[in-house]
Amino acid sequence: MPKVSMTVNGKAVSGEVEGRTLLVEFLRESLRLTGTHVGCDTSQCGACVVHVNGESVKSCTTFAAACEGAEVTTIEGMANADGSLGTIQQAFQDNHGLQCGFCTPGMVMSAADLLKQNPDPSEAEIREWLEGNLCRCTGYHNIVRSIKAAAAANA
Amino acid sequence: MYSFDYVKPSSLQDALDAISGGGQPLGGGQTLIPTLKQRLAMPEALVDLTGIAELKGVSMSGDKLSVGGATRHADVAASAEVKAKIPALAALAGQIGDPQVRNRGTIGGSIANNDPAACYPSAVLALGATVRTDKREIAADDYFQGLFTTALEEGEVVVGVDFPVPEKAAYQKFVQPASRFALTGVFVAKFAGGVRVAVTGASQDGVFRWSEAEAALSSNFSADAVPAAPVADGMIGDIHGTPEYRAHLVQVMTKRAVAAAG
Repeated sequence: MPKVSMTVNGKAVSGEVEGRTLLVEFLRESLRLTGTHVGCDTSQCGACVVHVNGESVKSCTTFAAACEGAEVTTIEGMANADGSLGTIQQAFQDNHGLQCGFCTPGMVMSAADLLKQNPDPSEAEIREWLEGNLCRCTGYHNIVRSIKAAAAANA
Repeated sequence: MYSFDYVKPSSLQDALDAISGGGQPLGGGQTLIPTLKQRLAMPEALVDLTGIAELKGVSMSGDKLSVGGATRHADVAASAEVKAKIPALAALAGQIGDPQVRNRGTIGGSIANNDPAACYPSAVLALGATVRTDKREIAADDYFQGLFTTALEEGEVVVGVDFPVPEKAAYQKFVQPASRFALTGVFVAKFAGGVRVAVTGASQDGVFRWSEAEAALSSNFSADAVPAAPVADGMIGDIHGTPEYRAHLVQVMTKRAVAAAG
């Protein structure tokens, strides 16, 4: 099988993959980074969102082999160096931005991409950005509040 | 997914060699990967076109805006050149799917697939663009040939799309809220020589030009000049909307597009 090499959360990793191996499969099954979730597996729900070269993508709809040489960041890479929660993660906890938590890794990764491009988004901009992330518990209100709070904490 | 080989060449020539050896072109995969998951396709090999620098980017080529086939929706949406020359095209690209889909999906992939509810085909047709392939140039009016059907031959690759710059243009999409595809979308483009109106999401035959609206708007470019809704025969009917509903949306979205074009 062909080999793929990439940097995941700052660490160089490599492994054997098939052409059809999805990035999320490589992350979860080869690297055992199970924070990234598979919800719908049809690129609708966004539970699988990770960053590839700094941009959010759906790892269930990206081939692992396509990420040869890429810098990948997953939810496991969002904590601070001392293991404490990163700003966005902390804001989700403080604002009850999660209930069951299944969608949360994707929500945090999407939010991180948004805040990088737009450090002070309006509520409407946050809601529009989250089109590709589905949550069945919170009704989104607390997620939007969490992202607003993270933006304020970064300011 | 069935098993296949995956290659990501860095030159168009290497890609064409791999494709002529039996490989299938792959853009951002936002439609093709779900299709493969459902085992609706069984390619021997996928040839990823997104590593080919010459297929990516936006530039002016003469008086046309040229978009490389492997240019992603997010890049078209953010391009200062597209925003300056054809803002309606940047706006359309920025409304496709969701941010993560736009970070992967490409214009070439979209128009090679020609989904009847995709956004890009309406812009290509309404702007009278030229589709450049590795073999030839195809006028938009000849390119779109029905549901998921184009003039592309097996293994032919969309190298780029060249858009004439209109005086005014706008795209208005009535979103199917679950998929973000167009329940009906209308792209209106006004040129010195007349107005072109292309409709996506509505017809069973895919994107089409609404000639009655083009004639009316060419003599009077105002929302009030948009004619009565087209007949519902041949429009898509599904759980999201009846043919009559879509026919009505064609008229409504055309009016909104004309108003938005100003």
